[in-house]
Amino acid sequence: MSGPSTYEPKSAIERWLDSRLPIIRFGADLMSFPTPRNLNYWYTFGGILTFCLGVQIVTGIVLAMHYDPSGAGAFISVEQHIMRDVNYGWLIRGLHANGASMFFLAVYLHILRGIYYGSYKAPREVLWLLGCVIYVLMMMTAFMGYVLPWGQMSFWGAKVITNLLGAFPVIGKPITTLLWGGFAVDDPTLNRFFSLHYLLPFVIAAVVGLHIWALHVPGNNNPTGVNVKSKEDTLAFHPYYTVKDGFAITVFMIMFALFVFYLPESFVKTDNYIPANPLVTPAHIVPEWYLLPFYAILRAIPDKLTGVLALAGAIVMVFLLPWLDRSKVRSMRYRPTARIYFFFWILACLALGWCGGQEPQGHVIPGLIGPTFIDYDINSVTWLSRIGAIYYFTYFLIITPLLGMLEKPLPVPDSLYTPVLGHGAAAPAGAVAAPEKEG
Amino acid sequence: MADSLAQTASDHGPADPSRRDFITIAATTATVGAVAAVAWPLIDQLNPAADTLALASIEYDLSKVALGQEVTIAWRKQPVFIRHRTPKEIAEAVADDHAPMKDPATDASRTKPGHEQWLIVLASCTHLGCVPTFAQGEYGGWLCPCHGSVYDTAARIRKGPAPKNLYLPDYTFLSDTKVKIG
Repeated sequence: MSGPSTYEPKSAIERWLDSRLPIIRFGADLMSFPTPRNLNYWYTFGGILTFCLGVQIVTGIVLAMHYDPSGAGAFISVEQHIMRDVNYGWLIRGLHANGASMFFLAVYLHILRGIYYGSYKAPREVLWLLGCVIYVLMMMTAFMGYVLPWGQMSFWGAKVITNLLGAFPVIGKPITTLLWGGFAVDDPTLNRFFSLHYLLPFVIAAVVGLHIWALHVPGNNNPTGVNVKSKEDTLAFHPYYTVKDGFAITVFMIMFALFVFYLPESFVKTDNYIPANPLVTPAHIVPEWYLLPFYAILRAIPDKLTGVLALAGAIVMVFLLPWLDRSKVRSMRYRPTARIYFFFWILACLALGWCGGQEPQGHVIPGLIGPTFIDYDINSVTWLSRIGAIYYFTYFLIITPLLGMLEKPLPVPDSLYTPVLGHGAAAPAGAVAAPEKEG
Repeated sequence: MADSLAQTASDHGPADPSRRDFITIAATTATVGAVAAVAWPLIDQLNPAADTLALASIEYDLSKVALGQEVTIAWRKQPVFIRHRTPKEIAEAVADDHAPMKDPATDASRTKPGHEQWLIVLASCTHLGCVPTFAQGEYGGWLCPCHGSVYDTAARIRKGPAPKNLYLPDYTFLSDTKVKIG
């Protein structure tokens, strides 16, 4: 679909370089890449995420210049040195710490967009899998970054998450010892997490390169899910989508700045202002908001190994989606039944997220005490998590495959051009591109 | 590539195919061995270093712990509970010896003979490693604040997601008031 290159070297030096390293051609082809003309703002999160990765790498490199990855020095180097003494350290760390939440907010919206419009379906399965790999790498990076300030939440978060691997029989214990570099989370753990936290963003950048490569083979999906059929269906990436993405990134930056400058502590747990103490666990430990749904699934299950497998399974489901969804229609615009179940799935994820932040014995409806069933009151957070987890897996393993066979979708337009021009109006053959109607 | 080389060889005269196979197998084996030899140090360096292992055992003076009191000390950087149990706690634990449990154990197997009042356990919840809090939960023992595992007065798991009783470290009584852990 990307078609032959349209780049014409203009000067002698460009011709000379083009026959040796066609890097200008590479950039020019990216900019002229034919992109469906009907992409809406949900399609701007790719650009926003690239921006987020850039912010994290730049601020992270700067922070590493002032950070001390030792058990004795880490907390002071972050909370005193960087936050109070380093010039603009508070700003750079504010960008980096809040940037992680912004990054996850954007990646969740990007994933939801992909699910809604069926962007994972053939021929984009590899593109989807690479995206899933990026998401897993992001979670690993964010987790290790959260450990670095070496406060109470950092320390106990590290202990709980590394202990997840201890759930596996026989190999569990040696693996946790190997990860810790000792018999408990300690200096060696902090050092290696710092090393890997610095490394992984560059691995992410490399996988992002593959993700964009895999995008440029079939080209973008679009809100109708209808394949691009002619040149009239597309616009050049530049200036049409550079401007659209640029506008979205600007709006995103305004929200980002709101957090950095006015609500810089909104994602921080107060316990993380207490230096790590291996002998005392905080009364209520919770992961960062973006991991809460998985944490709720873990806690919903009364058996340790099954809980860990369910947590991993919840992520595996997303990888398997292209093969679980057998529907021929890509976009949920034309799948009214699938759309309802999808919105309930989002609701289940939000409910699980809420549960993950509560005490497991807490009540969902305050003051109401119900009968106890499988260790917990049926009005407890644990039971809401169980219901949410059951729906989460049912959505992927039962509802999605069945809908592919049973659902009767709405009529799908012949071309992605039709809905752009309004009902019934077919694109005239050889019509001139009308960018003002793009929307 | 091996195929094309073999092809070339046979084109130019009789060649012994088993010699080619031998070279391929030998080269592959040597390469795999070399990769493993390089990979192992890179993996094993993650394991505890000699100076970490050197902190293996400690001694503790039990006379500092009054009846009914509990201290948390660090052994190999891991928290350890030393609990001076009251006769009531011991009686409760013994009474439950044959109650249904996830990880059945008698109270006697959790302590050393003649020192039943001293319960010495790793203070890491066997679920995900948090430090449980004493005097909470319905069995008179510990409650883990992270995921709600409940332990009794012999630190046996009675309820919640933890699969095992709190682990017992290796320890010996050097005298009635001195214990060596590790």
